[in-house]
Amino acid sequence: MQRFSALALLRHAVSHHTGWQPQWRSPAPKPAYDALIIGGGGHGLATAYYLASQHGLRNIAVLERGWIGGGNTGRNTTIIRSNYLFAESAALYDHAVRLWESLSQTLNYNVMFSPRGVMMLAHTHHDVQVFKRHVHANRAAGVDNEWLTPQQAQDFCPPLNVAHNLRYPVLGAALQRRGGVARHDAVAWGYARAADALGVDIIQNCEVTAIDRDTNGAVTGVQTTRGPIRAPKIGVVAAGHTSVVMAMAGLRLPLESYPLQALVSEPIKPALPCVVMSNTIHAYISQSDKGELVIGAGTDAYTSYTQHGALHIATHTLDAICELFPTFRRLRMLRNWGGIVDVTPDRSPIIGRTPVSGLYVNCGWGTGGFKATPGSGHVFAWTIARDEPHPINAPFALDRFRTGATVDEAAAAAVAH
Amino acid sequence: MLLIACPWCGVRPELEFTYGGEAHIARPADPASVSDTAWTAFLHERTNPKGMHRERWRHTHGCARFFNAVRDTATDTITATYKPGAPSP
Repeated sequence: MQRFSALALLRHAVSHHTGWQPQWRSPAPKPAYDALIIGGGGHGLATAYYLASQHGLRNIAVLERGWIGGGNTGRNTTIIRSNYLFAESAALYDHAVRLWESLSQTLNYNVMFSPRGVMMLAHTHHDVQVFKRHVHANRAAGVDNEWLTPQQAQDFCPPLNVAHNLRYPVLGAALQRRGGVARHDAVAWGYARAADALGVDIIQNCEVTAIDRDTNGAVTGVQTTRGPIRAPKIGVVAAGHTSVVMAMAGLRLPLESYPLQALVSEPIKPALPCVVMSNTIHAYISQSDKGELVIGAGTDAYTSYTQHGALHIATHTLDAICELFPTFRRLRMLRNWGGIVDVTPDRSPIIGRTPVSGLYVNCGWGTGGFKATPGSGHVFAWTIARDEPHPINAPFALDRFRTGATVDEAAAAAVAH
Repeated sequence: MLLIACPWCGVRPELEFTYGGEAHIARPADPASVSDTAWTAFLHERTNPKGMHRERWRHTHGCARFFNAVRDTATDTITATYKPGAPSP
């Protein structure tokens, strides 16, 4: 692996930057591996990286149906935060935030993590009570979160409209200063490059069509569009398509897949210094380094695998954005798109073993998986390598829907539900 | 936005309807007698297919009645709607 540094940049400048190598190989699949990861998004690539770097499993492969980072990793609004209500969730997401803080150094790849602060607006008396409860719960769990008055919220984010005559006036806000955004593509590419350097095969355009099992029911490998591949351990990290992959092993999961939309405006000069979210009127917004406003909308009402959403969903979000930020009213939207998110009944992810021996699953991140990418990969790699959950993901086992010990996290999505 | 044919009212825009999830999941007649595993399957586990999906809708802002639909989740094309109790096409 060619390491990136200022010195390397200078050295390659001499040869007009013609000496850079591809950042990862494109190997043909081998007949057998020690472990397979199905799904080459951020979570899958992170899992492979931590399997190789922390658990010594280097004869492994990531199988990706399309291209790496082409699913939800490349489609989300890149918000990172850990201000979840329950201790189990706060531990999981804060584990990820701590890894985000040093990820660029760890991977030798600039993931552009920018902890510019995530501000969640309260618009009703109920919001105020709920968010103050979150602030107190987070601080007790060692996660930063603070309460702002409307004026303090506007001081932190000048374009915010805090007038009293709004349909949903801003009554206050909860601010997590350690939250922020990162460059989504760089996360996929950085993990892919670092995993590849440790010997992980990243195999793109390779769709899994069947999961093979022996007479005892344990997994033995997969059939793919690029031939059969044997492996005693398989980790499924297929996001919205998890139900489709797990059906190949005869499993039904507590998941439903919905299209979630996002859209970006034309680029403008820096105007929005932080991430602003509103659960009640359903809008979240930040500004990318290119200058585009990145806006998250809601899910469609019905399950679907079409990677777009209904126009009235996006329109609803833009109504809210225009009221909160009157200065943005004349902006044109450049693009909108959808990603397929897998939603669990308690809005918390499922990370752990399955009833099928050798088969592991990491799914159910719903509308907010990007923020967890490093932590998710870290604890899932531990689970696969040791065949037991890391203490952080133990509460997120599939079995919780049978035992009733769910993590009913209404704060999982940035929306009221 | 989908156009959905209510079996009673005809074709109406999606905004008039409420989605009801996967259809034909029968609640166990005697919940106390079923195992935790069977109850979990009824309560939470869903087919979630990429393809034909039999699902419930309610014409909330119309006749307010429930009905079933068959929709291809890969394209959102609705191929049939039918009244409750009627056999699935």
